[in-house]
Amino acid sequence: MSTTTQDFWQTEPHHHEEGASTSIGFWIYLMSDCLMFAVLFATFGVLHGNYAAGPAPKDLFDLELVALNTAMLLFSSITYGFAMLAMAQDNRAGTLRWLGITLIFGLCFLGIELYEFRHMIHEGVGPQRSAFLSAFFTLVGTHGLHVTFGSIWLVTLMVQVWQRGLIAANRRRLICLSLFWHFLDVIWIGVFTLVYLLGVI
Amino acid sequence: MSAHMHHDDSQDHGSYRSYITGFLLSVILTAVPFGLVMAGGFDNRLLTVGVVVGCAILQVLVHMVYFLHMSSHSEEGWTLLSTLFTIIIVFIMIAGSLWVMHHLNTNMMPQMNHDLLPERLQ
Repeated sequence: MSTTTQDFWQTEPHHHEEGASTSIGFWIYLMSDCLMFAVLFATFGVLHGNYAAGPAPKDLFDLELVALNTAMLLFSSITYGFAMLAMAQDNRAGTLRWLGITLIFGLCFLGIELYEFRHMIHEGVGPQRSAFLSAFFTLVGTHGLHVTFGSIWLVTLMVQVWQRGLIAANRRRLICLSLFWHFLDVIWIGVFTLVYLLGVI
Repeated sequence: MSAHMHHDDSQDHGSYRSYITGFLLSVILTAVPFGLVMAGGFDNRLLTVGVVVGCAILQVLVHMVYFLHMSSHSEEGWTLLSTLFTIIIVFIMIAGSLWVMHHLNTNMMPQMNHDLLPERLQ
């Protein structure tokens, strides 16, 4: 059993190292998450024209703010990439530093989104105003919730790496969070394109 | 210590070069649609929509390749296979919902068919 590729006729029971199938399992979780977002996108697509005589995207969205938000998420993606490169070089301090920078960008993204939501609700354009706004707050809010959980996970892993170093279990966790974080960026591409840009055109 | 032990580390983490390439491509593919829409878009609305959606699809592919390190040989092809499956389901779900609901809206709204309405509603 020294080869990584096993032939299908090998029937003897073989031992798997702990976590050997984590990556593929986590990938399948991400795909299920993707299906959930697809439902929310479909809902938004169906309801995006039902303003109930309320404001339309053109009256609501500040594209400069959305562009700034997109930049935050994009920066956080590449800084997480640098954290993974530092991890591959067994550089604990470097990994922690890049993770910290990623966290700051992630929190900036959340801050800008909360400011946008607060501003809209303050103006009386909350989720209860129209079907379009319900779908908007559900879709964008779910994405924001994912970023929130990703940030909590990031803090947890920073503590773990700080306490225990770059042990195999922590590397595995960092790889999973990497997939999660980049995946959220991919979903955001769909959000800013379909919700904000196509809404304003 | 079998081959599985360094399994995670043998994964493709990319390089500075690949991350920066992906990042620059993403910046371009973000700046183009935002700049286009903020400048008011083309005269032909459909062309604007096409460019914006095209940039988004390209950027998703850039992220998949440069950030998520997708390739046909990662996890023995299972990630690619599950992704293709997901893309098909996502397409059916979104296109199907839009199609069905569009036809419901156009064909079943009472005001679209005045002959069938009771007189008090007309």
